[in-house]
Amino acid sequence: MTYAIRAEGLVRRFGATTALAGVDLAVPSGTVYGLLGPNGAGKTTTVRVLATLLAADSGHATVGGYDVRRDAHRVRQLIGLTGQYASVDEALTGTENLLLIGRLLGLSRADARARARELLARFQLADAADRAAKTYSGGMRRRLDLAASLVGRPQVLFLDEPTTGLDPRSRNDLWDTVRGLVTDGVTVLLTTQYLEEADQLASEIAVVDHGRVIAQGTPEELKAKTGGQVLAIRPADPADLATVVAIAGEAAAASPEVAQSTVTVAVNGPGVLPAVVRRLDDAEIPVAELALRGASLDEVFLHLTGHRAEPDAPTGDDTPSGADLERTPA
Amino acid sequence: MTAATVTAPLALARRLGVGAGVRHTLTLAWRSLVQIKHNPMELLDLSIQPVMFVLLFTYVFGTAISGSPGEYLTFALPGIIVQNALFATMTTGFGLNNDLTKGVFDRLRALPIARWAPLAGRILADTVKQAWSVSLLIGVGAILGFRLGNGVLGLLGAFALLLAFSLAAAWISVLVGVLVSEPDKVQIFGFTVIFPLTFTSNVFVPTDRMPGWLQHWVEVNPVTILADALRGLLVGGPVVGPAIQAMIWAVALAAVFAPLAVRALRRRV
Repeated sequence: MTYAIRAEGLVRRFGATTALAGVDLAVPSGTVYGLLGPNGAGKTTTVRVLATLLAADSGHATVGGYDVRRDAHRVRQLIGLTGQYASVDEALTGTENLLLIGRLLGLSRADARARARELLARFQLADAADRAAKTYSGGMRRRLDLAASLVGRPQVLFLDEPTTGLDPRSRNDLWDTVRGLVTDGVTVLLTTQYLEEADQLASEIAVVDHGRVIAQGTPEELKAKTGGQVLAIRPADPADLATVVAIAGEAAAASPEVAQSTVTVAVNGPGVLPAVVRRLDDAEIPVAELALRGASLDEVFLHLTGHRAEPDAPTGDDTPSGADLERTPA
Repeated sequence: MTAATVTAPLALARRLGVGAGVRHTLTLAWRSLVQIKHNPMELLDLSIQPVMFVLLFTYVFGTAISGSPGEYLTFALPGIIVQNALFATMTTGFGLNNDLTKGVFDRLRALPIARWAPLAGRILADTVKQAWSVSLLIGVGAILGFRLGNGVLGLLGAFALLLAFSLAAAWISVLVGVLVSEPDKVQIFGFTVIFPLTFTSNVFVPTDRMPGWLQHWVEVNPVTILADALRGLLVGGPVVGPAIQAMIWAVALAAVFAPLAVRALRRRV
């Protein structure tokens, strides 16, 4: 197995906040690797270090076998970067944006133009090719941004929250594109706040919290750790909450959580749901809602860290540009 | 397994030559200039505002200050060119801040291009815009009766001096562009600093018409010095003294603000 990206003990501080507290990664070539975590977990900072935009205070990393500090120029020849915020030039047309990148990468005028046309067609932007990017929709901008990062046929692609703020259809289109890239042999490092996205795309996931990788594995392995599913019970009468907590806790052999008059508990076997239903019935507790659903990022987090992911917690990526990248659109 | 795409480091260039950096700079300058095509407002900024200033000042204040619009134009046009050039330096910081806040700067820095090319490209493009504005001002001035006292040589000298000073002053703009949180604040800075700076010079009104306490400042104001140098080059009169002083100012501004701006940029990105 060869690794397209390796990181060991990356530490990065911004003033008093520690954005990265020792990140280790090993991303196999030709796979999608998911970096999963809440806002401020250090995902963007990790990407910025790996993409040669930011120096780590300590630790080291290689991309394509090259050190991101000592051989930054070589690393830049291998990578493509797409930020959470479409980093295309809004004052230029789609074609001009791609021409700019192509020319900067040393393509001849004719080659740059041909490559721009090819990519615009591939991302369904041919009709909008000669319109300024500021007139594009969010999904179109994101596609153009992705196209821009592919002009140089990168071996390693960094996608920093590529679907944040996208509608479900655009999101699915983007997922298809990412799968296509991996088929072509590209290694993709994807950061996301959504377990579903990591689940859909990544063959391996690292869960990041407070600047550390707290769990690593395939989506199946991670979900298995949380029991995979969660049972949510909302009693009709909030006075029954304590009893419901006791029943759920006993049936699932786990400690339930209470939020907004709803009890949630990780489910780790097929017998839990019937057992809970039976006991609720025995105790004659009327239930307003009873649902079995997949583990959310929150629950993976709760399980792994003992605390809930708090999207509004002070971010570790609180540099001016980092903050911009990690901000969630309203 | 498709994993074997990167078995060993590929043979890639370790660093860039200067020629490549120059090419990147030219490409990025092209990008800044093409933006104008999609933002006609910028062209208006570059064209209409200076022309409007010349017309307004010549015909509204000309007779009151110099006795006739024609005489006033001879007095004021070199200074108006200076004022316009200083305002134009703000576009560097504005564009840079735009790139920083929108993430374009990160994209550029993640490309295998010369580290200095994004800034150099921007400054080069702004220099071209600058040249356009100056040509326009001289052209409009010529139509209104402005006559070059030292011919083409004086004009070229004025151009060169003005560009040198603008390049130095652009570092202030770069510093502001790096430090502020949004592009509009660069413009606010520009207006609150450049307006008083240019009006408390001898650009629009001769020094001896101002209150005594203000005259002390007007005489040392670098805008006065540069305006005097341009008057000497474009109209006639002493050149060497004010030109040397203007160059000293330019060197001093660059020496102070270039390192500050570069340091601030390194810290921000």
